[in-house]
Amino acid sequence: MAKMKGATVVDIERCKGCRLCVVACPLDVLALTTKNVNQKGYNYAEAVKEDTCTGCCSCAIVCPDGCITVYRKKEE
Amino acid sequence: MTREEIIREENLVYKKPELLNDVPMHYCPGCSHGVVHKLISEVIAEMGMQEKSIGISPVGCAVFAYKYIDIDWEEAAHGRAPALATAVKRLLPDRLVFTYQGDGDLACIGTGETIHALNRGENITIIFINNAIYGMTGGQMAPTTLLGMKTVTCPYGRDPKLHGYPLKITEIAATLEGTCYVTRQSVQNVGAILKAKRAIRKAFEYSMQGKGSNLVEIVSTCNTNWKMTPEKANQWMEENMFPFYQLGDLKDNGNK
Repeated sequence: MAKMKGATVVDIERCKGCRLCVVACPLDVLALTTKNVNQKGYNYAEAVKEDTCTGCCSCAIVCPDGCITVYRKKEE
Repeated sequence: MTREEIIREENLVYKKPELLNDVPMHYCPGCSHGVVHKLISEVIAEMGMQEKSIGISPVGCAVFAYKYIDIDWEEAAHGRAPALATAVKRLLPDRLVFTYQGDGDLACIGTGETIHALNRGENITIIFINNAIYGMTGGQMAPTTLLGMKTVTCPYGRDPKLHGYPLKITEIAATLEGTCYVTRQSVQNVGAILKAKRAIRKAFEYSMQGKGSNLVEIVSTCNTNWKMTPEKANQWMEENMFPFYQLGDLKDNGNK
């Protein structure tokens, strides 16, 4: 079965660090930053386990601010 | 495969809806309003009604909805959104007219307007965000506040002897002759969000087909005034709100 590879791009300045995407991700790809903050002072979401992402879009669908863009490609 | 190979235009599967403006929303982190704004933007774009939609924004947290979704908007006086929507729809029957209201606006100050607009069978859709509290003004008790729930104006919990019982406006709407589609949805996880999107789409389509008025209640969270994290608020909603505000379609006369 062909495996899907995904990638997420987070709009850091739009992110408010609500953590709903972290909870929604079934593969624990995303996490909030612990040291870095955006201009508003929020800990933003970032992909920590980039390789596990399958591009299921769960994080992007639950994001209340529409910060997450998802790309998906079939692994050759 | 490297990240650069995946992040290409042809592999794009999800992005912020185009109708949602780039201006950051003022809602608190984790607020359900943002998700519903996204759903409305997606549904309007899918129906190709970008140029023919008129939203009526309420007084409440969603008062700035006109800044966030790139369609035509009217701003109504407190609670009067269904009355304004009636006027807009009657003058411009080919437009998709909907109101976007919270529980304070719709179920308290505008109860009269809401019930009469629904009962007249105006071809509009009412999107009703029910978070059981007055969000914008600082967490006062709303008509929809659950029994025993603590707010700043009922710090010992809502007591029916003193404050009366929570109002199920959606159940009331389902008994009215003028309504076509009455449903209660939520947006706490992916499955619920997709269901809510289908409900909004159905309501908008019925209103354009002239089948009567439609009410889509979205049971939502207000984590700031509930004094919880967004994650905890979703759990609290599932445990406490869903037994009282049961999800599902209460009425669907669209195919009759």
